[in-house]
Parts: sequence; C-alpha cells; structure tokens
Amino acid sequence: MAKKDNGGSTAAAPRPAVNDDIGEATRLRMYRTQVVIREAEQRAFDLFLQNLVKGTSHLSLGQEAVAAGFAAAMQPGDLSFCTYRGHAHTLARGVSIEKVLGELMQRDNGLMRGKGGSMHLTSEKDGVMGSYAIIGAHMPIACGSAWRAQYKGDKDVSVCFFGDGTTNIGAFHEALNFAAIWKLPVVFVCENNLYMEYTPIREVTAVEHPAADRASAYGLESIVIDGQDADVVYRTAQKAYGKARAGEGPTLIECMTYRYSGHSRADPAKYRPPGELDYWKNERDPIRIYRERLLQFGIPAATVDAIDDEVKKAVDEATEKCKAAPPPPAELLTRDVYADGGWAWRN
Amino acid sequence: MAELTYRDAVTRAIAQEMERDPDVVFLGEDVAKAGGVFKTTVGLLDRFGPQRVRDTPISEQAILGAAMGAAMTGLKPIAEIMFSDFFAVCYNYIANEFPKHRYISNGQTKCPLVVRTANGGAARFGAQHSQSVENWCMIIPGLKVVAPSNSRDVIGLFAAAVRDPDPVIFLEHKSLYPVASEVPDGEIVDTLGTARIVRPGKDATIVALALMVPRAVAAAEKLAAEHGIDCEVIDVRSLVPLDTQTILGSVGRTHRLFTVEENPRLCGWGAEIVSIVADEAFYELDGPPVRITTPHIPLPASDVLEDLAIPSVDRIADQVQRTLNA
Amino acid sequence: MDVLMPQLGETVSEGKVVTWFKSVGDQVKPGENLFEIETDKVTMEIQAIEGGVLSEIRVPVGEIAPVGAVVAVIGNGGTAAAPASAPAATPPAAAPPPSASTKSAAAAAPPPAAPAPRASGGPLDPYFEVRTPSRNYGPAEIRGVKVTPLARRLAVEAGIDLGSVRGSGPHGRIVAADVKTAPRAALRAPAGPSSAEILALYRDVPHEEVALDGMRRVIAERLQQASQTIPHFYVTTDIDIGALTRLREDLNAAAPRDKDANPAYRFSLNDFIIKAWAAALLAVPAANAVWAEDRILRFGRADIAVAVALEGGLITPIIRSADAKSLRVVSEEMRDLAARARARHLKPEEYRGGSSAISNLGMYGVREFSAIVNPPHGTILAVGGARRQAVEKPDGSVGFASVMSVTLSCDHRVVDGALGAELLAAFKAIVEAPARILI
Repeated sequence: MAKKDNGGSTAAAPRPAVNDDIGEATRLRMYRTQVVIREAEQRAFDLFLQNLVKGTSHLSLGQEAVAAGFAAAMQPGDLSFCTYRGHAHTLARGVSIEKVLGELMQRDNGLMRGKGGSMHLTSEKDGVMGSYAIIGAHMPIACGSAWRAQYKGDKDVSVCFFGDGTTNIGAFHEALNFAAIWKLPVVFVCENNLYMEYTPIREVTAVEHPAADRASAYGLESIVIDGQDADVVYRTAQKAYGKARAGEGPTLIECMTYRYSGHSRADPAKYRPPGELDYWKNERDPIRIYRERLLQFGIPAATVDAIDDEVKKAVDEATEKCKAAPPPPAELLTRDVYADGGWAWRN
Repeated sequence: MAELTYRDAVTRAIAQEMERDPDVVFLGEDVAKAGGVFKTTVGLLDRFGPQRVRDTPISEQAILGAAMGAAMTGLKPIAEIMFSDFFAVCYNYIANEFPKHRYISNGQTKCPLVVRTANGGAARFGAQHSQSVENWCMIIPGLKVVAPSNSRDVIGLFAAAVRDPDPVIFLEHKSLYPVASEVPDGEIVDTLGTARIVRPGKDATIVALALMVPRAVAAAEKLAAEHGIDCEVIDVRSLVPLDTQTILGSVGRTHRLFTVEENPRLCGWGAEIVSIVADEAFYELDGPPVRITTPHIPLPASDVLEDLAIPSVDRIADQVQRTLNA
Repeated sequence: MDVLMPQLGETVSEGKVVTWFKSVGDQVKPGENLFEIETDKVTMEIQAIEGGVLSEIRVPVGEIAPVGAVVAVIGNGGTAAAPASAPAATPPAAAPPPSASTKSAAAAAPPPAAPAPRASGGPLDPYFEVRTPSRNYGPAEIRGVKVTPLARRLAVEAGIDLGSVRGSGPHGRIVAADVKTAPRAALRAPAGPSSAEILALYRDVPHEEVALDGMRRVIAERLQQASQTIPHFYVTTDIDIGALTRLREDLNAAAPRDKDANPAYRFSLNDFIIKAWAAALLAVPAANAVWAEDRILRFGRADIAVAVALEGGLITPIIRSADAKSLRVVSEEMRDLAARARARHLKPEEYRGGSSAISNLGMYGVREFSAIVNPPHGTILAVGGARRQAVEKPDGSVGFASVMSVTLSCDHRVVDGALGAELLAAFKAIVEAPARILI
C-alpha cells in the first residue's frame, strides 16, 4: 500500500487505506490485544521472579499476533481450545488481565479462584473452553464441540490452538482424521515456534513443516503463514472460519512464530543458536510490525502510544489488585468434583 | 413383562434414552451399520439415523475426546469403547480430562457423558480382551462407575447414567450378553449409588459384582443345600457412588463378610469395601473378612485355565464354607 | 448418634444417671454437659461429643445402665449429605438372578425391594471419609485367649467377664456365640435372706429406708468379694509414738508464719504414718505387691491409698510415690484429696490403683481393729488411737509411754506370715526412730 504522509492530522475521518476488509477498528483492537498480551506476559515473567506467580507458567511473548488475529476474526459464540500456553488466547478473547494474573498468582480473584492455575485457564462465558495440559488432548475435544455444532445446526466454529510439538502425538492424528472424515467445523492452528519444549522441532519431525506437511495425509490443504503479522493471521482465520461455517469442513493452519522466553518460566532457553533470538526480536517482533503498519495507515503515533500507556496502566492496576487479593478459601478445596458441587463418592 | 437378553437390554437402554432426549447421540467403532461387534446396538442406526448413531475409525482417543467436547457444549453423548481393556489406549480422557475439568474450571464446565464398554472375561478372548478394569475407573475422583449384573439393571442403570450430569463409565459384562431374564415393559430408570440384596440370608454377607453375582447366588444355594449355611448376597451394582450403608447393614446382621471379585486381588474393588467394613463395622465382625478373587496373573486364553482363574461357583462355596467352619 | 454410658475403667461395669442437663428436643452443642452419672464413689459430668437435637432419653434419672449401653440419642436435625445420586432405592418389580445358562432357571421368588440405606452418621469428613466407631470394647486378647470384635462388644454390653468364657472358635478364640451362651457373672447373689424376707422381719419396727447410692453399692460389692475371695490374716503390734509425737510438735512449732500468723504447714500424725508406711514398703519390697491372678506385680514405689470417711461411706484416694515426696507435699496432697473426696470430686485415676492402704480410726478412740484388704492391694494397715500405758524402762523402773496399736491385714496369696510380720516390724522401727523417714 502507498505510504501516506501523516502530517499531524488526527484519525477523525476514516482513512480509505486502513478501512479495507479488516478496518481501523479491528486493527486498533488487534494492536491493543497484542500489547495487552505482551505487557501481561512480561508482568507474569517478573512476578514469577518475585515468587508471586507460583508453580509453572508458559509464556507467549513473541507469539501475540497469532492469538490476536484469530481472536479478532471470531464471532461471539465461537469456541476456543488451547494448551497450557494459553494466557495469550485467554486474554485475546476478552478475559480481564486481573482475572488472568489473579489465576497465575493463585488468588481468590483469579479466573478459576486458584483451582486450575496457569495451565488450565477457562472462561466458559467468553468461549474459552479450557486450556489443556496434556499435549494433544484438546484436539479431539475441539472435534467434539464442532460435532455438536454440526449436529444441532449451530453456526459457531471451534478453534483449536497447539504447538509444533503436538504434531507428533497420537491425538493430533486421530483428531485431524476424525475432523476430516466428518467434515467438522473446526479450525486447527499450529503455532510453530520452532521448538518442541527444549528440542528444535525439525530434529524430531520427519517433515519440515510439522503441521502443514501432514495436512495432505488427511485430505487437507497445506497452509503455512507468517504468524508475526496480525493482518495475515486475521485474513487466514476469516477464510477458515467461513469454510467451517459453510459446512465445508476443517482447516489446518501452520503459523511461523517465535517465543522469546523459554518453554516454561523455568527454562532459560540456552539451546537456541546465538543470534536467533535477536533476529526475531528485532526483525520479526509482531508488535513492532503492527505499530509500523498502523502508522503507515496514518494512525497518529499518539493514538498508538495512548494504547500502550493505557494497557501498561491496566496491567499495573490489575497487579495491585491481585497482590491485595486473598488466597482461595479452604472450603473451596472439595467443591465441584461432581455436578452436585461436592466430592462424596459413598453414602 | 418379557424375557430379554442382557445384550438386547443394552439396545433397549440406549434406545430408551435416545428416544427421550434428542441431545443424546452415540458414537463408536462398528456400532452403527454393523450393530456392534457384540450385536448390542442392532437397529439403532435405522431407528435414529446417521446423524445420531455414528461409526468412527479405530481412534479411541478421538472417540472419547469428541464425546467430551460434545458433552461440554450441550450434547449428551454415549461413547462405546469396544473392550474395556482399550481404556488403556484412551486413558488420558478417563483419568485426566473427563473427571477434572469441572473442578479446575471452578465449576464452569461440565461433562455429562457415558462411556459404555464390554468388560470382564470367561469368554476365552485372552489377556488383552478379558480384563475387569473397574479399579482403573474407581480411583479417579470425578468419575462414576457402574456395572450391572442383569438385564433390568442394564436398562435402569444406563438410564440413570445418561441422565446423570457427571461422566459415567458403564461396564457391561461380555459373558452376560446372552443371559436372559424377565424385564418389565415401559421406561425403567434406576438410581446410581444403590446396591441390592439379591438373596437375603443370615449367616454371612457375600458382596459381588456383574458376572460374579449369579455365581455368588448359585454358591449360596449350594451352601444352603449342602451345608445349611444361609448367605446374603449383595449385588454392588454401583462402585462410585458406593452404597456402603446396605453393605454395612448386612454385615451388622450376619457378622461375616466375603467379596467375590473377577479382578485380581491387588487393589481390586473389594479391598475398599473390606476396608470400610473393617473400620466402621469392626465390632460387628465375628471373623476375618475374606476376598475371593482371580489370581495375580494376566488371564489365559485356554478355557480350562481361564475357568481355574475366575472364581467359580464351587470355589466360592468352598471358600465360604471353609472359612465359616474353621 | 447414640450417646453411650461411658467406660470409666476396666473394673466398672455400670453407672447410674443422676442428672440430665438437657431435655428431649433441646439443642446440644459438642462439649456441652449432657448428663451426670454416679459410678463407683464419685459423680461425673459427661459432655456431648457431637452436636444436634436430643431426640431420645433411654435411661432416665435414677436408673442404672451398663457401660456401653445407649442412654440417649442425639439426632442430626437434618438429612445427612448424600452423594450426587441420592441413594433412595427404586425397588424392582421382579428380577430373578440370571443363571449361567442362556435361559434363566425356574423363576425364584422375586428378591425383596432394595432396602432404604440405613441412616448414615452424617456428612463425611473429606480427610477421613469413614465413620470409625467412637469407642473400643476392650483388648483383642484376654489372658492369652483371642476374642473377636463382635464378641468383645457383646460381652461389654451384657456385662460379661470374658475371663470366664470358654472359646469355641479356631485356636480357642472366643466368638459371639460363646458370649451369648455364657452365664451372666453373678456378683451379688447373697446366700442370706432376700430383701423381701428382711423387710418382712422388720415390718412392724419403725425404720427409715435408705436407698443405695453408687458408692454404697460398690462398697458392698467390692468388700463382699474381697472378704470372700481374699485369704486374710492379721498381724498386730504396739508402737511407741513418743519420738514421733515430739518430732511432729517440733516441726509444727517451727512452721514459718505469714503476716496473719497462719503457719506455712501443719502436720497431722497421719501424715507421718503415711510417710513411714511408704518407707516400710520400700524397705520390704516383696510386700509392696499385688496379686494379679496368674502372677504377682511388685512395685518399686509406694502408691498408698488412704481411707477418707465421707458422709454415707468412704473412699480411698491415693498418694502416688509417697516414698519420694516430702512430708510437706504428702500433707498438702492429703488435705486436698480429702477435701475433694468429701465433695465427691475425685477423678477415677485418683482412687484407682496403689499397692497398700491405710485406715486410721484412732480419732474415734478405737484401740485396735482389723481392716479388709481393698482389692487388688496386697495389704492394709489399720491404725488405732494413741493411749498412755505403763512400760518397763531399761533400768527396770516403770514409766509411761504413748502407745498406738496397728494391725496389718495381708492377702496371704502374695504376702505370707513372716513377710507380713517383717513389714510391720519395719514400720514399727521407722516410727520409733522417725528420722528414718528422711532416708
């Protein structure tokens, strides 16, 4: 697109270039989502060092565009399923920073009041149908949700996020075959951040693109995209959702991306070749890319900065609220094992 | 009233629930067109159509995972796993997924599904197609586990399982499929968590499950006729929730306890019952509680060997008699 | 839950309810006083263990019940929590058990409707998940014979002494049937006239009827049993208490006084007697012993029971380790125990046990008497009053001495004649040279 001379004008009138198939509002939303993820994940990183976030935490620093793009293209009612690296996908669906940080800090104000923790973020009312800690387990579950939609004639799409490491586990293959033969309205999104936990994915996978190169085995199209560009992600998502809603079956999308932190908070990621992290941080950072994009569209830097500031403030406020929140009460320990709210297995 | 085989009772049970509620759907391997490898689902495809009765590939993880996804989002799925031994292939869903998400989501999500399967031996299928896997399911908090011993209970307990909002593992017994018994007409709905005294008695309590129930009853008749020992036989029916009160009440009358378990002894379901009785009814016991079980072996294929392993009527009667007359 | 007559010691078999602090229908909180019982020689308040509504009183005021019997019932006031599928059974119309063949055998009688699960004890504790019985019914083995749990419970509830029951189970184990057919231990069937006969004898003589309280009952039972089963013999000696009396006076005179002129201590003669008896028991350790049916227990310290007269009876609180305690401690303890004994506020552990007893009737002018051994003690020392008596002095002249007669009763199964005499001689020697109490 043509470079526009900003000239200090405000964004009062819609600019033709930005209001294409995506539109300014969606773009600003996607930018904000990415910044929210970046700031919240960075804060989670720091809180872990202070031992305020306990246990383990899998961060999505560097992978913000995938979450933001797929979420922005969803309609209300669409359901997402993600892995233990799910903070980004949870925030992207609109769950508050306070609830996410609160859950990581295992406080009573957390999304699940401390019962689930970082790896199981769930917000049924926002369509976040769980984060799953067993690799691949949620892929057939997403198929089931899609089967329900197909059976009932609902128009929602089930979107399933997973990493490159998942592509070698049994449930991945069962789910893809299953979704393909039943033509289920499910979209499978592989975030290929180049590493299966601590090992480069190409050392443990028989093909170069761990997801896309398997698609043909299930009669699906091979799709690899730049996962650091939210616009690219958004458009790809739109297309896949449309196909699903039209009853044309599942899509498998491989997004090339990168994670800045280790596999989990405990991993300093010393297995990376020198220079690799710098390259992705400097050349392929999704937020930098998107900020540039917005400015190119003529959105004032002040507007973008204002978003940055507002998000930082929101993260600070959420942090303080969480620090002041109590831990979950003892009586929560035995609640909700069964549907009656209790735990009793005998009379 | 009509005579109905256990396998036909399965068909009738599934049909009863699918008829009642359009959200009840059913998936499994060879369940639709072929009517099931044990012919337990014959006619369901014709009756309810291919949207509601679906054949799947050999993908146990996908079967259970899909059932869960559908259950979480509004359907009431029934998933068949052909042999209960195959639970080991998809155990992640039984142990980690079905029973835990309600708790870890702080009550946000639900999992109202039923997994039905053919459990147990005495059918000469060999070690990997004959196991009694109740304890694989009992031990995980969040599941319910049911094992009917007769046609009427198949229908009644299955209905209760489908209507229950929690994930229920429904263990049919493959060797009971051909057994016929009287079943009333009309809808039958039972209650989970209830045991039944199938033979009242006063000298000893024998607690049994599934195939071991008719064997325990036959042993009790033998003991009465040949030794004048009058045993009370309890069909546990529901392992989780467990009806301890019926069992404790019985031991409070007879003061002796036996279990008859098709599984190997170590950590079998009877261990928990004996533990509870030894605790709460300690001062009712006039002698040690005894468990009659299969030895600590995989099950052999040979019919002669398998019959030595699984408790037989004679072995049950003999053990009870020797213990009481010691 | 059932409220039971509590167990207060192996030799106590029953208790009488003297007060109910709550009425039927009252709310009861855990830890609140629920009822008061009289057992042995004391009254005790019993607290409720669990809360709820007192729904039934089965043993009213004035009645006696055996230990372990249900005296009342406390209800939950609400239904117990049940698991998700409430266990209210739906009875089947008829379902004969299937046989191994493909067709069922001739239809057996339909099984009964599934019984409603019996009332459970309330919600389960997630850390315990069982309702363990709250009390025990004695040891699993009695004199080398094993007893089944059920038999133990039945024995306690029926008041049967398992020591007298023969076991018919494997290896001589006592089973329930043995307890059910055992004759009830009859401890109080007197050979003499019946109550009716005696009442008839005195029908025309004005009299007052005194009801038997717990203490009187126990005294009657215990001492009748003692006199019937313990082979007593008696040894008497006179003791010159001049030196002891002077020591007592000197010590009492030397007592420091506070600003109100109250002495810090004031010793009685009995205090010294207790200390001297303790020293004697340790000097003759073979006599510091009790009979335990199939063996003798010998003690290395002197736990001495001291008889205290109460209104309507007596009780013997115990000074434990009297040998090791100073005279002052013994004196203060004795004062405290006697006061609480008279107020009937002794705890069972304060009057149970000991190897020997002292009974002193000297203050009544009694010259000498013989006491009955309190089982399971081996001995009891009966102390008479002091008297002035003419004695021959070493130089052949006549003088006067203060003399006290004491009689030692011994259980001949554990203390033979010479041993008893030795014990008494040791006591005499210590009293007549009372500095020996210090050793």
